[in-house]
Amino acid sequence: METVKINDLACNDLPWKVIYDTKRCTLCGSCVAACTFGAIRPKVERRRKSFSDTETPEPKISFSATPVITQVNILKHFCRGCGVCERVCPNNAIRSERNPDSRFNVVYQAATASGPKRGGRNNLEVQARTLDTIRVGRISQMTDPSLDAERHTFDCLAPLGRVLPAQNLPFTLGPDGKLSKTGQTPPVHWIYPIIIGDMSIGALSWRMWEAVSMAVAYLNEECGLPVRQCSGEGGMPVRLLKSKYLKYVILQIASGHFGWNRIIKAMPHMVEDPAGVLIKIGQGAKPGDGGLLMAAKVASHIQQIRGVPKADLLSPPNHQGLYSIEESVQKMFLSFNAAFKFRVPVAIKVAASATSVSVFNNLVRDPYNIVGGFFLDGIDGGTGAAHDISLDHTGHPVVSKLRDCYLAACAQGRQGQIPLWAAGGLGKTGNLAADAFKMFCLGANGVFTGKLILQLAGCLGNEHSRCNACNTGLCPAGITTQEPLLVRRLNPDRVAENIVNYFLAVDKELRKLMAPIGNSSLPVGRSDCLISTDKAVADRLQVQYVC
Amino acid sequence: MCRIGAIKSLNYVHPSKALQLMNSQQKGHDNSGFAMVMQDLGGIFSDYKDKPTLSLACTDEGLKIAEEILDVLGFRQVFEWAPETRWKPGMDIKKMPNYVFRTFDYPDYCSGMPPRDKEDLLTNTRLRIRAALEKDETGFVYSFWPDVITLKEIGDPRDIGTFFGLWEPDDSFTAKTITAQCRQNTNYAIVRYAAHPFFLQGYVTLTNGENTFYQKNKEFQATLHPGYIGFESDSQCFLYTMHYMHRQLGWPLQYYKHIITPLPFEEVVKREDKEVLLAIRQSLAHLEINGPNTIIGTLPDFTMWVVCDAKKLRPVVVGKTKDTVVFSSEVCGVNEILPERNWEEDIYPNEREIVVVDNNLEVQRWKQ
Repeated sequence: METVKINDLACNDLPWKVIYDTKRCTLCGSCVAACTFGAIRPKVERRRKSFSDTETPEPKISFSATPVITQVNILKHFCRGCGVCERVCPNNAIRSERNPDSRFNVVYQAATASGPKRGGRNNLEVQARTLDTIRVGRISQMTDPSLDAERHTFDCLAPLGRVLPAQNLPFTLGPDGKLSKTGQTPPVHWIYPIIIGDMSIGALSWRMWEAVSMAVAYLNEECGLPVRQCSGEGGMPVRLLKSKYLKYVILQIASGHFGWNRIIKAMPHMVEDPAGVLIKIGQGAKPGDGGLLMAAKVASHIQQIRGVPKADLLSPPNHQGLYSIEESVQKMFLSFNAAFKFRVPVAIKVAASATSVSVFNNLVRDPYNIVGGFFLDGIDGGTGAAHDISLDHTGHPVVSKLRDCYLAACAQGRQGQIPLWAAGGLGKTGNLAADAFKMFCLGANGVFTGKLILQLAGCLGNEHSRCNACNTGLCPAGITTQEPLLVRRLNPDRVAENIVNYFLAVDKELRKLMAPIGNSSLPVGRSDCLISTDKAVADRLQVQYVC
Repeated sequence: MCRIGAIKSLNYVHPSKALQLMNSQQKGHDNSGFAMVMQDLGGIFSDYKDKPTLSLACTDEGLKIAEEILDVLGFRQVFEWAPETRWKPGMDIKKMPNYVFRTFDYPDYCSGMPPRDKEDLLTNTRLRIRAALEKDETGFVYSFWPDVITLKEIGDPRDIGTFFGLWEPDDSFTAKTITAQCRQNTNYAIVRYAAHPFFLQGYVTLTNGENTFYQKNKEFQATLHPGYIGFESDSQCFLYTMHYMHRQLGWPLQYYKHIITPLPFEEVVKREDKEVLLAIRQSLAHLEINGPNTIIGTLPDFTMWVVCDAKKLRPVVVGKTKDTVVFSSEVCGVNEILPERNWEEDIYPNEREIVVVDNNLEVQRWKQ
């Protein structure tokens, strides 16, 4: 008998256990071929069998060599529970099962002297979602009739861009009694109130990025929904920058400035303005961290777009040379406004934080009126790569912070001047329309979503630690990988179709919520139509408590 | 449902007309109150048209407080009208001890003061009196403005009319512009300040319906002007929006409709003035309403107007003779006051227009 080596890694130390049934397995090898993490391998087991082939027991022993599939107990190759093995097995012979007794966090750090990293999302949340304790509870009846969701005309658009207070509008009253605009106002674009959040062309596979772009173009040109997508940090293919489809893309710049060299060089050749510029200061999933693209994902086309070698690409946690909000307003925002000749709204994205209201107040009071959107990203947002500890233990939920920002604007009579856009776990349960609607009522002009788009593409990850391996470049769904073989698992046409259909469904569902409260335009700030069954939530958000 | 009405005439009209206008629609309201604003006054007030008149209902204590404030500020009383009230047991009216309608001369330091500053002095004085009376609920001050009288009371409009002796017409208490409403609001507590018509610096509105955007309207308006207070009724928002647009921003009346019921985006982008309309929608998004409402109002120059929400969920009709125009929630109200008119020329305003009547009784329909 082998001595117990307690300090060796065992499969039951790992977060997932592979359950395998020899009897059902035909040894086709599909699971091993499909597992991108190398978490399973074929091996030959020595089997001992005692039997008797006579009428009275005369035990004999036979030994055989049996080929099987087995889980690998190597830290680098731990099973992520993605379930691809189960999906490809023709006989249901293999699956992974969550290991409630996992010692992973301990053994990983003990072995590597560093914390685990992953992609995906916060896996620690155990409470009910705040938004799920809220309902749309003010239903129009009798005196203010509900509308017909199918037939009524609804105005479901949200502003992106700096809105001036009415007294500052450059209006002149003509002799005909009509107002005319005789001066410059900041650009404001009315767009669909759901933006596809910033996922870079490095974080996503080229097929996934292409699918999102196709879906956005289709939604705009065929469905009449002015949906915008944000490029994420890392630039865009030059051909797309020079195409007419640029108008559907919000270009992002983050602290690494990746991709901006190409963007600036493409500017003279642009035939359309981009939909906006989003300056990323922070990210809800990993506030305080900069962007991170692991070398494994820096494929040749990424190197080309970003102008970088194949190496880990880290954006600093803060914009270099940026020491104050005032400075950011004057330097960064003004220069980006100027870059597109003040035709393109420039917005900021920050991680929700205890300090968000101060940042928002500073921006909303800036006398130059050049910040055209405040994108607030909460802890439940996603990321392509981060340390576990950042994902699970840093961050701030978005709901109360969005509300705080809105109420801060109200207190100053400045609501709507910097449109508020919120994200971070919205649509987590699959119903984005309900989450978005409640956020509008709490004061958001719009919302943005990223992870949900990946779910639509077939992402296998979830909030219960399943997969979340976007950082490895080994995405089993071909979504967050640059490995050609894996990328080909993804059918971009099907993904685009899913995204388009989902948006069409969300659009209908938004109407289904607007109709019963009798609204034909987005109910931004209509907290009066929300109720909560949770007293603490109701008090915190200043909505009616009901029981 | 609420019922509202308004009379605009070339001649001076007694408020009994307003009572008749509203009483004919009695089945449509719940007899819980009567309120009216009279502007462009005749009769006993005709000599004081340029001097501010205080409309106040209060206790003796409240009267003392108000008098003291006015005295300290230097307002000198030049005229007073005290209605002869006729209380009878069984009357449905929550009467106040004093109903004060007093006209004042401006303080000496106002001579040479720009008109706007004078107007702000009047408003600030009213707000000061209001705040002082609110402490122990010693009274309610409705207006302090030249050529305007406001009366509001809780109870059965017929009894209120009898109590104030308003059923018998005479020439002493008249106006060319009268707006009136019956029924207290149902959304909030019954208080006198919640009764339409609402008045601020020459602007009046009264509304039939419910403001479903009350919360966002209120949150936006609360910081815009010191006079935007109270919000006892969701309909006060319509007055403040009009005041903000017309007086504070200096925009013409026609833009009111673009603020409260903006055109759908698909229509705006086809318009020549789309830049202006989009800018208005953006900047004043929180003043949008979603109905259901009919709003009647007057401007400081006594122009009378009416608009409906974008879904046209509340009724209103405008009837006219040579010397009188009547706005009414129900046509029976117009029939009562103007039985001889040509009813084929009645206007039923649609969801995209403002109907405007000037002092010459020219009626215009402005398409949004």
